Amino acid sequence: MNTQSLSQPVSTSLPSVEDHRKMHVVVVGHVDHGKSTFVGRLLNDTDSLPNGKIEQVRKNCAIEGMEFEYAFLLDALIEEQEQNITIDTTRIFFRTKQRAYAIIDAPGHKEFLKNMVTGAASASAALLLIDAKEGVMDQSRRHAFLLSLLGVKQLVVLVNKMDLVDHSESTYQKIVAEYSAFLKTLGLNAVHFIPIAAKHGENVVDRSAKMAWWKGPTVTEALDNFAHEDDLTGLPLRLPVSDIYRFDHRRIIAGRVEAGAIRPGDELIFQPGGRRSTVRSFEDWPGPESRSVVGTGGSASVTLSEQIFVERGQVASHPANQPRVGREFRARIFWLGKEPLVQNKTYRLRLLTQNVDAVIAKIIKVTDASTLESKEAASVPRDSICEVIVRATRSIAYDLHSECPITGRFALEEGGRIHGGGIILDTVSKSEGPSGKVTASERGARAGHPPAVIWFTGLSGSGKSTIAEAVERRLFDAGRNVVRVDGDDLRVSLNRDLGFSAADRAESVRRASAVAGLFAGTGHLTLVTLIAPLAADRAKARAALANHTFIEVFVDAPLAVCESRDVKGLYAKARRGEIAEFTGISSPYEAPESPEVHIKTDKTSQEEAVDLVLSAIDKVLQGKGDDWEV
Amino acid sequence: MSRNAQNDHLTRLEQTSIHVFREAFANFRSVCMPWSMGKDSNVLIWLARKAFCGKIPFPLLHIDTTYEFPEMYEFREKAKVIHGIDLIVRVNEDAIRRGIGYATHDPVTVTHELKTVPFKAAIDEFKWDALVTGIRRDEDPTRAKERWFSPRSAEGNWDYKDQPPEFWGQFASSAPEGGHVRVQPLLEWTELDIWEYIRRENIPNPTLYFARDGKRFRSLGCHPITHPVDSPASNIDEVIEELKLTKTSERAGRAQDHVGRNSMQELRAKGFM
Repeated sequence: MNTQSLSQPVSTSLPSVEDHRKMHVVVVGHVDHGKSTFVGRLLNDTDSLPNGKIEQVRKNCAIEGMEFEYAFLLDALIEEQEQNITIDTTRIFFRTKQRAYAIIDAPGHKEFLKNMVTGAASASAALLLIDAKEGVMDQSRRHAFLLSLLGVKQLVVLVNKMDLVDHSESTYQKIVAEYSAFLKTLGLNAVHFIPIAAKHGENVVDRSAKMAWWKGPTVTEALDNFAHEDDLTGLPLRLPVSDIYRFDHRRIIAGRVEAGAIRPGDELIFQPGGRRSTVRSFEDWPGPESRSVVGTGGSASVTLSEQIFVERGQVASHPANQPRVGREFRARIFWLGKEPLVQNKTYRLRLLTQNVDAVIAKIIKVTDASTLESKEAASVPRDSICEVIVRATRSIAYDLHSECPITGRFALEEGGRIHGGGIILDTVSKSEGPSGKVTASERGARAGHPPAVIWFTGLSGSGKSTIAEAVERRLFDAGRNVVRVDGDDLRVSLNRDLGFSAADRAESVRRASAVAGLFAGTGHLTLVTLIAPLAADRAKARAALANHTFIEVFVDAPLAVCESRDVKGLYAKARRGEIAEFTGISSPYEAPESPEVHIKTDKTSQEEAVDLVLSAIDKVLQGKGDDWEV
Repeated sequence: MSRNAQNDHLTRLEQTSIHVFREAFANFRSVCMPWSMGKDSNVLIWLARKAFCGKIPFPLLHIDTTYEFPEMYEFREKAKVIHGIDLIVRVNEDAIRRGIGYATHDPVTVTHELKTVPFKAAIDEFKWDALVTGIRRDEDPTRAKERWFSPRSAEGNWDYKDQPPEFWGQFASSAPEGGHVRVQPLLEWTELDIWEYIRRENIPNPTLYFARDGKRFRSLGCHPITHPVDSPASNIDEVIEELKLTKTSERAGRAQDHVGRNSMQELRAKGFM
């Protein structure tokens, strides 16, 4: 194995320079505008190549009868890596006298945009190359647009191949004028436009004698003047809750300070929700002393003075300077998904530690990242930029991107994978907190689904509870609000004054439907398992629950099968006459005539039965979509 | 460089790692941390204790090849107590019965049989959906493309050609069906960072890293295939000074990396860390 691959630092040591931190830089620009040549030259001129590398590439060129080019250095590196593994966000390291750098992502890869986003999002600075002869091109503009969305503020434009335009200052000035006007429309500002000829190393590390008119910095001088990143400590506090730890007697709110700073004694408000408490302590390990302040980027372990309800996703701030709370906002999105982004479709929205379903309520316009021309469309293809209205299914805490970038941006996920990102431009609805009674549709919106009552009826021992338990598990794991009301449980609690007479059975069904109604009223998918042998009683239950979706599931098992199972020993007791009016033995069971789901247990496996019930629930929930969505 | 700037750099790495730990613990159902007892592994333990306010809320897994240095077993027992570790130890008894060993087999085979096979079996047994590893980008070219949260398929394969984008602190939040996610809090650390942090925090480590008779171990693996390097560095300050000057790679003393040109890739494709 080549232990001196270019993809690693030449040594594991860092230079003895002022700045110990490696600065991440992303190199972008139109195809053939000289990214590879530039990176090759930069590595060479900063003396960052492993010993013998350049000689080896020169020799290979001679053998092939080709003129040596600095781009081959990068090609050699890529080839070397491709023999091992295909390129992704590869890092290439170089250093100046000032500090060490990592160039994120080798240029030219076909998944360039996806990787550029990953790379640029963690980059402190960007170098964008423009061919002096060809001028501003499609990708010159597209890449700048993405940089602006990703929040890369420190941009240096390299006007490359100046040797091909006779090192002409007027050509250079023309590009500067055209491109800085474009950048301005994006709200971007290039720190410098540096004229270079990467092939000859002019103004890369060493000053060009052929461009005496250029008084600005060389590329490495410009890089060394970059700051690492915006310090957000001066902004209002934003502490998203990552988790609540209760490993011992302590109840610790864990999270990373994304903006601002937090101190013991600070009053905090947690949004959404609006509960307040005061920071009692930081539980720093190993101690004994804890920090007196945690600034931006620091992980905090906070105990509060009051035991208020706090959960992952909430954002703690100071009451005087809170984030916005709401469900609907206008956003600019870059979309990287293989499938297009579609209007009215629900995606998973992730903003800091918040994770909610959100609908793309409207695609306002799709923007051509190169021409900045916009058009209306119902879907957004891969690698495009668009403006949309996002409507979350419940309130989230956020800021406008212009106010606080880190709480003003989000990722969109589908099927567990991130497919896009966006920045929040504006709030849509001004009426943030609805007042008055909490409505069923609000509950439905929070749960992400409407409530329903799923009533399992059938003989004792038919398998109602077993199927209901499995359905409950599946719904619960899918993130649904679900609860199970079990007839046997009711019999020893709420219904313990009732026996098996027809009147008592009717009362037991009435009580069970009342309980189910309460649960459904709080937005739950409510599973009821009750023999409810009489059709009239079941009809009353359905009527009592008319406000809710009602799904009757008939668990149809032959009496002989139920009796042979006799899990609870009830059939034996009934046969011995110890239980009077036992359904199926000494009391009738009136089979439902048209249940929503009919499970014949002698023909259907338990797994199939669970799927039947789930698909019935799904069908009903989807059909009801318009009724509960606000 | 001022001492403060140095501390800021290490603190920034530390705080980011803590964030990665916490996000993993909040996102995944069942987390485990393989523990090699090496320096990176021990830094991870330290960071986990910082992340979770003293207590590591998930088990650690030691895949015992039976070829560890005797000092490592001693260290394991000591560290277990110091850190209050809930430790799971697994040995591929079957392979050992079949006579798999360094005396008779090549290192790639032995590593596969004694590390990867029992490792995969443990994942099957405990159904972890997140595994915390000590992988650093600077270790090896095949590790440069790793992400903070790196999904692995049920077969342990890594689809490096189609990795999810990772930006703005949003990581892949779920494991592929039947697979798991590798969580890598040390991704941005270098070997030098590790040692400077060990010094700053006074983190317990095996003494094999320090020179005896002019030789020390820079990286620790199975004793038949792990060779010490020439070095006079007998304490942590000297190790740090030495690293600042070295030009050779950290894993140069690990024989399984050097059997064939692509041996590391081969091992990793099969599920090796």
